[in-house]
Amino acid sequence: MRRASDTLPRMRRRHFLTLSAASLGGVLVYSLDRKASLLAAQHKPVRIPLRFFTETEALIVAAAAARIFPSDDSGPGAREAGVAIFIDRQLAGPYGRDRFRYTQPPFEDAPRELGYQGSAMPRQIYREGLKGLEGFHLLDASLQDDALRKVESTLFFALLRQNTIEGMFCDPIHGGNVDMVGWQLVGFPGPRMSNYDEIEKYYGKAFRPKPMDLRQATGAKARPSEDQP
Amino acid sequence: MKTLPTVDAVIVGGGWAGLLMAKELGARTSLSVVVLERGPSREPSEYATDMDELDFYIRYRMMQDLSQETVTLCHDSSRRALPLRQHGAFLPGAGVGGSGEHWNAQVPRFLPDCFELLSKTTARYGASALPKDHSVRDWGFTYDELEPYYTRVDKLLGSSGKAGNIRGEHIEGGNIFEGWRSEEYPTPPTKVPYFAALFRDAAKSLGYHPYPAPSANISRPYTNPDGISRGGCTYCGFCARFGCMVNAKAQPTNLLLPILQKRKNVLLRTGAWVRRVSFDSASKVVRGVSYIDPAGEEVFQPASLVFLASWTFNNTRLLLLSGIGEPYDPATGRGTVGSNLTHQVSVPSATAFFDQPLNRFMGSGSAGFMFSDFDRDDLDRSSLNFVRGGYFAARGFGFQPIANFGVLPSSVKAKWGSEWKKAAVSYYDRTGTIIFTGEHLAYKSNYMDLDPVYKDKLGDPLLRLTLDWRDNEREMVDFATGKAVEVARAMGAKEINPFPGLRSYDTARYQSTHVQGGTIMGASPEHAVVSPYWQHWQIPNLFILGGSTFPQNASANPTSTVLAFVYRTADAIIDRYLKHPGPLV
Repeated sequence: MRRASDTLPRMRRRHFLTLSAASLGGVLVYSLDRKASLLAAQHKPVRIPLRFFTETEALIVAAAAARIFPSDDSGPGAREAGVAIFIDRQLAGPYGRDRFRYTQPPFEDAPRELGYQGSAMPRQIYREGLKGLEGFHLLDASLQDDALRKVESTLFFALLRQNTIEGMFCDPIHGGNVDMVGWQLVGFPGPRMSNYDEIEKYYGKAFRPKPMDLRQATGAKARPSEDQP
Repeated sequence: MKTLPTVDAVIVGGGWAGLLMAKELGARTSLSVVVLERGPSREPSEYATDMDELDFYIRYRMMQDLSQETVTLCHDSSRRALPLRQHGAFLPGAGVGGSGEHWNAQVPRFLPDCFELLSKTTARYGASALPKDHSVRDWGFTYDELEPYYTRVDKLLGSSGKAGNIRGEHIEGGNIFEGWRSEEYPTPPTKVPYFAALFRDAAKSLGYHPYPAPSANISRPYTNPDGISRGGCTYCGFCARFGCMVNAKAQPTNLLLPILQKRKNVLLRTGAWVRRVSFDSASKVVRGVSYIDPAGEEVFQPASLVFLASWTFNNTRLLLLSGIGEPYDPATGRGTVGSNLTHQVSVPSATAFFDQPLNRFMGSGSAGFMFSDFDRDDLDRSSLNFVRGGYFAARGFGFQPIANFGVLPSSVKAKWGSEWKKAAVSYYDRTGTIIFTGEHLAYKSNYMDLDPVYKDKLGDPLLRLTLDWRDNEREMVDFATGKAVEVARAMGAKEINPFPGLRSYDTARYQSTHVQGGTIMGASPEHAVVSPYWQHWQIPNLFILGGSTFPQNASANPTSTVLAFVYRTADAIIDRYLKHPGPLV
């Protein structure tokens, strides 16, 4: 069943997220095959095509994700991982338009135990929620935290927080976790084919093999859900 | 509507139960068999590229597409039911292999007294021991009758483990509280993740009897009696919600599909959405099933034998939609279809935080240890406020970061920002959970019927669940939490989050995909839809396969029990029914 909101407007002004070395501490570069890499020494701004957000929305999401999951002395955060790009692609794909959710009416209020009962899909929740964070990306960090505290009990914030974690730790195929910075942060090696020799060998001691992503580990082209019809 | 040529048997659902029945009928007889599966086709070779936590674990790529059909739920019949709009408490699979593809492959057997729960509990503790509104039933046969079929299942799967009771002889190191086994497991126990090793040693120090978790992610290469060979588990950790990339996990696609593909008398049709079973009420037989094919056309498949193997919900719903049998009415107790809805109790009893790293990305869905000292019929219950019990387990599931980042001791209050992130990074690989899995009794007011408001994509009513916990489950879980916290302390945990307790049934928290009932079995048709041969009591050419036939839930996970019953039913059909079609008694 196709709903009207599934269809993107035919003409849409193309939006880009322009990222500078200064704003990132490094620059994400997306080549044509969507492989992301971090070029720390580059000073030229890089324009990344957006699939769902406007440029301003992307800047707000990037700034908010960076307050939720900041870069600090414990390691990299949402900016380095490319979380805003990840969220943009998710919202443009089947997740953002609730492709797999039961969306038939009537919609009723319900106790928490019955799960989310609303009719708004993630892309609508974002678009609405971002209206409450106008100018957010221009504020300094402590004012940004104040602004987030005001919305932290909303569904929008819950989604943003969850999607930020997803963008930190997903396979880089999805546009986040660039250079596997999230995996390195927590010592997750990615889809490692065999731990047979190690599972009983490292009791109580950290075993931290070098991470590999899905394409490196399998040598195969996996297709992420957001690129499927 | 297009009508196809008549076949000998049509099987609705291509999961564990349906495909095992297809294999038995297809390989041991010359019957023409058609399996109708509404999901997509699937080959185990596809699983090499599925090790993607986001799409498979978080976005549920292998599960039913709820935009097409879901269930509704209310906690009691005075309230309006609402649809489960997204996945949560249980995860029914879709496609060939069904939930048998994305399972964790835990294969404990049910305890012998589970099959005679009403009579044994009443005999031992008196009629008042069971809660007032229970609808607990005996199954109509005994564990001793099922044991040979359980052994066949273990050989089919190549189950890894350590027996604790071989023909009545108790063996230390296995589960000494289990029912007798005729043989040792086909393969030895799996390797032990570090967290499970800590649990094993702590449980032993407290006087319990830990044993290696029975696993169909097998410990070493194995060839089963059908000649199917699989490799051993590599502990990559991509089991639950994934297909196995090395075929170490027993799945319908690697154990049954290769045999079916060689049989000319078996046909598997995917994308076939069965809507009705055709019931001739005058002559008390079913004539076949009608379905919508991938092109949207309605098709009638006539068949001499009809098998429903489409999981608990759809087995029940198809009977209700087809007007077969009397719907259960909780107000009067009349009717049978839809009664005895249960869902295995499964909770994170104690989440424990350690100083040392656990390397918990290594593991499998069933590599771990369990103890069953509180899962037995002879417990001293004088100080307990509940009947029955369950087992404790520590597993190395192979933890992945999206689902597991941010589990923190309750002393950490921050939910975002630097303080939260630092704590979450530091605890990420230092956190483990002791799980308690317990029996769920059947109650008169937990049941299924058709929803009066919400419809599926074709306009058919959704199935409505009326389901809530009772004090027996709440007391059992609280008791278990106390025990699990003691074990976590003995494991050396620095901080422990105890489970806060069961309140209302929560559709948002994943528990297990072990929902049972709706078309229950019994020794007489009074309360049961099917006989212990899974044959419909009134319609001898209709068989219903799967957990929908369980009168109530056991503490143990159900797959081996389902498969044992499929073998038993297949034997009865092949050896007896085909010679003399009619009621099997």
